[in-house]
Amino acid sequence: MTRDIRCEDVIEKLLEFLDRELDPQTEAELAHHMEHCRACFTRAEFERQLRSKVADVGQSEAPDRLRLRMRALMERF
Amino acid sequence: MPEPRRVSSATGCPKRYFAAEVERLLDRLYGTALRMTRDSNDAEDLVAEALTKAWAKFDTLQDRRSFEKWVFRILVNTYISGLRRRQARPEEQGVEDDDALDRFSLFEQVHQPFLLWWGNPEQQLLDKLLREDIERALDALPDGFRMVVIMVEVWGLSYAEAAETLNVPLGTVRSRLNRGRALLQRALWRQASQLGIAASPSGGGDK
Ligand SMILES: [Zn+2]
Repeated sequence: MTRDIRCEDVIEKLLEFLDRELDPQTEAELAHHMEHCRACFTRAEFERQLRSKVADVGQSEAPDRLRLRMRALMERF
Repeated sequence: MPEPRRVSSATGCPKRYFAAEVERLLDRLYGTALRMTRDSNDAEDLVAEALTKAWAKFDTLQDRRSFEKWVFRILVNTYISGLRRRQARPEEQGVEDDDALDRFSLFEQVHQPFLLWWGNPEQQLLDKLLREDIERALDALPDGFRMVVIMVEVWGLSYAEAAETLNVPLGTVRSRLNRGRALLQRALWRQASQLGIAASPSGGGDK
């Protein structure tokens, strides 16, 4: 059974929701709310896309020099 | 020199397994090291040092399925102990109360509550944000905040895992993450306003 929650509650907990850090009950309440509230859904989508852009910068093509260095290092392991 | 073969087995030869995982993860490890150190030479040294450490204690890794997070945590710890070596007293990143700052939301800066004829400004902003915009904003964050943002947003660590890795209480991870995200979004907003890629009816009001 999910309680009805307000947009303010969703905004307050949105980042924890996206981090999957809420308890299952609260998570279900937020998910339920977002199925029906376009404003909160839109905001969640924005945060999701921004987050995936942030995640992308954690990946950079390793220079050949480093790749060779690592292979040489592991030869010696 | 032979290319390391991809070993999917969870029990195969340790050295070959390790080498294959390193090959697979190297771009992520390097990219993360680059965002931590903000310098390409330092990033290469950090990756090499962390992987040497990882290999030295590879036999303590109980479940190879957790290799990825395990090696990432070694990378983080290697970076942090490097900081400690360089600074006699490591900078303690207290989070001063600033509720207004923690509530800063890029979305709120650009979102139009009513559908306007020119469409969807928040999507337009996202589409125009380049990788280098995000890099610049992230690189500007102080170490303590940058680290938790990288740990949670880039590597998908849980708050508990981040707290354990940094050896700080869970509440500290939460407050640093909130502040780090707010600072990141504010930096993005400032950049976007300066570049004129954020069309705001409020004329770019900050904070
Ligand atoms: Zn709502």
